[in-house]
Amino acid sequence: METLLGIDETAATPAVQEECYHCGDPCVPGEISLGDKSFCCDGCKMVYQILDENGLCNYYDLEATPGVKLKSVPADDQFSYLESTDIKKQLLDFQSETFEKLTLYIPAIHCSSCIWLLENSYRLQPGVRQSRVNFVKKQLTVGYDPTEISLRQLVEQLASLGYEPHISLHNGEEQRAAHPNRSLFIKIGVAGFSFGNIMLLSFPEYLGFDGPMDLEVRTFMSYLNIVFALPVIFYCSTDYFLSAWSGLRKGFINIDIPISIGILTLFGRSVYEIMAATGPGYLDSLGGLLFFLLIGKWFQQKTYEGLSFERDYKSYFPLGITRITGGATEAISLRQIVVGDTLLIRNREIIPSDSVLLSSHAQVDYSFVTGESEPVDKKKGAYLYAGGRLVGERIEVLVDKDVAQGYLTRLWNQDTFSKSDEGKWQSLVDQIARYFTGIILAIALATAIYWSFHDPSVMFTSFTAVLIVACPCALALATPFTLGTAMSAFGSRRFFLKNATIIEKLAGITHIVFDKTGTITEAGQSAIAQVGDLDHSGKELVYALVSQSTHPLSRKLFSHLATGQGLTLHSVSHFEELEGKGLQGSVGGLKGRVGSAGFTGWQSAGSPLNGASRVYYSIDGQQGYFEIINDFREGLDELIGMLSNAYGLSLISGDHAAEEERLKSKFPVGTTLRFEQSPQDKLGYIQSLQARGEKVLMVGDGLNDAGALKQSEVGIALTENISSFSPACDGILEASRFSRLAAFMDFAKSSKGIIIASFVISFLYNIVGLSLAVTGLLEPVYAAILMPVSSITVVAFATLSIQLLTRIKKL
Amino acid sequence: MLIIVGLILTSVVVAAFFLGAFIWATKTGQFEDTYGPSVRILFDDERKDSDASKK
Repeated sequence: METLLGIDETAATPAVQEECYHCGDPCVPGEISLGDKSFCCDGCKMVYQILDENGLCNYYDLEATPGVKLKSVPADDQFSYLESTDIKKQLLDFQSETFEKLTLYIPAIHCSSCIWLLENSYRLQPGVRQSRVNFVKKQLTVGYDPTEISLRQLVEQLASLGYEPHISLHNGEEQRAAHPNRSLFIKIGVAGFSFGNIMLLSFPEYLGFDGPMDLEVRTFMSYLNIVFALPVIFYCSTDYFLSAWSGLRKGFINIDIPISIGILTLFGRSVYEIMAATGPGYLDSLGGLLFFLLIGKWFQQKTYEGLSFERDYKSYFPLGITRITGGATEAISLRQIVVGDTLLIRNREIIPSDSVLLSSHAQVDYSFVTGESEPVDKKKGAYLYAGGRLVGERIEVLVDKDVAQGYLTRLWNQDTFSKSDEGKWQSLVDQIARYFTGIILAIALATAIYWSFHDPSVMFTSFTAVLIVACPCALALATPFTLGTAMSAFGSRRFFLKNATIIEKLAGITHIVFDKTGTITEAGQSAIAQVGDLDHSGKELVYALVSQSTHPLSRKLFSHLATGQGLTLHSVSHFEELEGKGLQGSVGGLKGRVGSAGFTGWQSAGSPLNGASRVYYSIDGQQGYFEIINDFREGLDELIGMLSNAYGLSLISGDHAAEEERLKSKFPVGTTLRFEQSPQDKLGYIQSLQARGEKVLMVGDGLNDAGALKQSEVGIALTENISSFSPACDGILEASRFSRLAAFMDFAKSSKGIIIASFVISFLYNIVGLSLAVTGLLEPVYAAILMPVSSITVVAFATLSIQLLTRIKKL
Repeated sequence: MLIIVGLILTSVVVAAFFLGAFIWATKTGQFEDTYGPSVRILFDDERKDSDASKK
């Protein structure tokens, strides 16, 4: 039936454009339109009009439907804090009388049209002197004349076009940090330069030219090779030497120690051979070794520039606060707040410090801080903790404590929350390095001793040859290439990791801990079922009534009715909200009540399901109710089914235990479910699991999980929108991919298998090389072939098998 | 044979020039944004056109 209908519709209206011309969302043709263009909402239409008036419609020619839908109409004074000189000073990169410049992070940048529009914004904004987009970092660097346009106007203009910048002082600090990749790029360039030239100059040796080549020319070439090798040793290899040295000082053998030994022996012996005119040395192998090693490093260091994994509570706080002094409002920055200030907090703003409510009542959503799913009602005089988000009408509060002494800040600054990250965990390759180094040194010594009895002339050469050929470059390459490829495979599936070693850690996880609110339930999303009679006009009345109320259930019902029901919002007359009972009012003569069972005269109330809330209605003889259940994320059942076979599972929630029964049925028998857990409790629970020897993966979303996310071996933050705030973590998973978590875990385990297989391959090469070296047969030309071939096979094997694996596992 | 030495030195100088160019490009941040420039070069500079067509 439904499919038939669907075909009918598309067949009947093939010519009508059903995509919003601006953002590409489906829209009703003809409802909101301008000329022959349809729009999904007035916001999109408005943006189109602005662009059209300013001759910027090229925006729509570069890419189809490039626009960004305005999620919410920004409040008039949302950016008023940008007028505060204190805040401006911290944001601006350059400031003078007639020119100011700053870099803004705009997560909405996603296509070439965005670049074009933002770089042509001078046509819209008269004072803009220069604007440049960095697409990879999603940043706009803009310079403007403050006498013509203020920073606030500039930002407001951007926000009105859908390019609202994310402004936080924390980001500002990050942007000014150095570019760590640049020095790595230069090192790769230098190593490649030396490698190529040394290979070229070694050509006569490879081909065994003896006759026509002058001995003097060959000596000249060899010495030139030494010159080329110098930057390789003294510049490109420094990281390995430093890492090896710091490992040695801590009494800990890492993979860089055998690598450093190999590099130094290669260089030392080559220089010796050239000086003593006994041979050409192995400098080409040295260049190649460093070149490949550095490429491996770059591969592993690929990071997601747009994402921040180190956010702390400061970036969660609002930048600008509105203070009321003697009836007038002024924008101040967070650190200017003092005890006794009166602050104005608007809808959706965050309470910056512990304070007392001055307005008659307020609803505060603490879900991000404590995990409680429902906003809390507060009366005048109530104490509001920092970090709560206001829902509904604006309020005034009296500051009681400095920001630094507030609940949230204290929570964050607890010592237990700072993870001692390093030292505890050892990667597979470092574990192997410990044995590897010992064995290689033993073989080298044994070879030297053997030859000292039989033929002392080859003792030195075979000893160094062992060290050279055993240099674990292939071993060192296996991990970065495997994990680097796996990391980008994860990234393209919306699972972003802080660095590649997280995959190795994921492979060792034994226990998974879930948070409830926002993690396994969808924040703000509820399943709503309607029971009873209700005609179209009745529905519109309910819609109109709940639109007037800020009660959390009203808001849920409102957003449910607002989408896909085809309802029009009428204005309500005789509206009344009776506290604790419900709402009443009339639309076009139709009167009705929405609220509790008693208020609406509902008799056979029955008991709702566990955790479900009911909103009853009675409209002109029609009675019924809406049942609202916190909805679990899609695919949760299958995910838990898959995970429970391989891992221990727990659930810790800051919420009350109302849904315990329902959750119990979801999780396997014996799962620990804990409710009303403070952030400290969550952290403690992770520690108790770790004390039992478990390797814990924590999946959470809010600030209340921050401690647990840090303490666990791997902490994954789940977020609806990857550019919005998430607590410090090891990985960010887009909420829509939550059900794929088991597949990611499985893939991480297989990746570890691939690393081990790569190790085996590189060991085989080492054994071949060693057997040559021990017998004293290692000619430079064999070394020159063996080294790159082994490296390339390992690299190819690692990358290809990961890519194959993504297909097989259908990641 | 002296000519080979001369050739080698010349080639080294040319190679060093390109290495220098690479280092300069890296230091001035030309590898920071690998997508933007590729589309930016295709943008038409049609400021006058659109102004004219509008009026």
